[in-house]
Amino acid sequence: MQYQIIENARIAPSVYLLDLAGDTSMLKAPGQFCQVQLPGLYLRRPISICDWDENGMTLIYKVVGQGTEALSQMETGAVLDALNGLGNGYDVNACGDHPLVIGGGVGTPPLYGLTKALLRAGKQPQVIIGFNTYEEIFLLDEFEDLDVPVTVTTADGSFGVKGFVTDAMEPADSRYVFACGPLPMLKAVYKKSGCPTGQYSLEERMACGFGACMGCSMETRFGPKRVCKDGPVFRKEELLW
Amino acid sequence: MNLSVNLCGLRLDNPVIPASGCFGYGKEFSEFYDINCLGSFSFKGTTLSPRFGNPTPRIAETPGGMLNAVGLQNPGVEHVIAHELPEMKAYFHKPVIANVSGFSIEEYVETCQLLDAQEQVGILEVNVSCPNVHGGGMAFGTSAQSAAAVTKAVKAVTKKPVFVKLSPNVNDIVSIAKACEDAGADGLSLINTLLGMRIDLKTRRPILANTMGGLSGPAVFPVALRMVYQVYRAVKIPLMGMGGVSSARDVIEMMLAGATAVQVGAANLVNPFACKEIIEQLPVEMEKLGISSLEEIIGMAGA
Repeated sequence: MQYQIIENARIAPSVYLLDLAGDTSMLKAPGQFCQVQLPGLYLRRPISICDWDENGMTLIYKVVGQGTEALSQMETGAVLDALNGLGNGYDVNACGDHPLVIGGGVGTPPLYGLTKALLRAGKQPQVIIGFNTYEEIFLLDEFEDLDVPVTVTTADGSFGVKGFVTDAMEPADSRYVFACGPLPMLKAVYKKSGCPTGQYSLEERMACGFGACMGCSMETRFGPKRVCKDGPVFRKEELLW
Repeated sequence: MNLSVNLCGLRLDNPVIPASGCFGYGKEFSEFYDINCLGSFSFKGTTLSPRFGNPTPRIAETPGGMLNAVGLQNPGVEHVIAHELPEMKAYFHKPVIANVSGFSIEEYVETCQLLDAQEQVGILEVNVSCPNVHGGGMAFGTSAQSAAAVTKAVKAVTKKPVFVKLSPNVNDIVSIAKACEDAGADGLSLINTLLGMRIDLKTRRPILANTMGGLSGPAVFPVALRMVYQVYRAVKIPLMGMGGVSSARDVIEMMLAGATAVQVGAANLVNPFACKEIIEQLPVEMEKLGISSLEEIIGMAGA
């Protein structure tokens, strides 16, 4: 599927917002991802969908290697080839009326689309997003524009609550959790949450992104699963943490 | 325009076959297109017992290709027979190629015997060349003697054509190919991946959790082509050529080198439509090159 770049702008250190125009009819749930083809690189790169409508979609990515570096240099008007609508995404109907949405750093983007979907489903989510420092914060205005309660944590205390996202969670809080972020953050949230279930989005190095190569397999309580196809969103009860 | 080829008595509509390990059991691809356009496909390498495979990361990239160290993850032959093959009937209606791996000759024998009894299986492809497992896989494919021993043992218990999938990580692939032919192999598949590695400059550690992995993709095509060419001139049994094949032109080139059928591996992972597009493009390229029947060009580069 071809997408035209409307905007590819830096919104925080090493973090870019990419607005793409093109077919989004294959997107079924927040938390799904696309696999972007980049010039000169053999494998596609998986990037989560931040938000979408019928005309296009927004991705937010961090430059972490060759692929994202190449993506950051692509200009408005250029065409990107992407496999879209990959992965299972979050199920917004699985939670009660007051879910907790928890994101860390570059794991935050898919939670924006998720929060919008939760609101559409009549839920009243509370959002906690964590960053290292004040200058690394992004998407805060957009979350606040959704009129949901948002708590920001920074590891260095330069903004909001000092510490990690778990420092903004009530001990043994039994609210349903939707989470996305680095593995240590997800494991910490998993431990602190008092809810026996919840949905946690993982990442892994992958080749195909659609379940064929077995490159991103993970052991779960219910046998081996593919992060790309059976995930990236897993139920808390599946995870062997 | 005739695309069909005869592979050990099996008439394939065209020579294009997705390679084992790059196509699962075909289910994911059937969500992208009707996979009945394929000549056949070689399903995920199957062992006697279920295997999770290696720890992640299992994938690394390189210019012109990729490295994998999946390590033969599969649910085991009994699960494949009880679940994967019956499910496959819903979306693939041609004989399929069963790719088999093992850690002892007895395991190869038992797994092949079970798959030989399955009606859907047209060909057994015995993998003696997986670089990502220890004490099995490639260990059998790097000596003519042990490759022949596996071949002979499997042939003794099966009725279906047996192709032995050879490793390129050897000094003399021709002698191993001839040993397999002498041991009764009906055909040969070549090549498996080339052993390689990458190191992360920041962590100064190997990228793959398994340290080393198998290189595939366009980077290996000339190596694969050379080996098919050499082996074609040394044996009388048919060859399935594979290694970096990504286009209809690559398929034709592989057939000119001596392949009767051509497998496509890594290309499926970067473009799920790769095989469909190759099959559609084949008549166009044949027309340009004045080829009316693909079967007629097999091995012509060595004539």
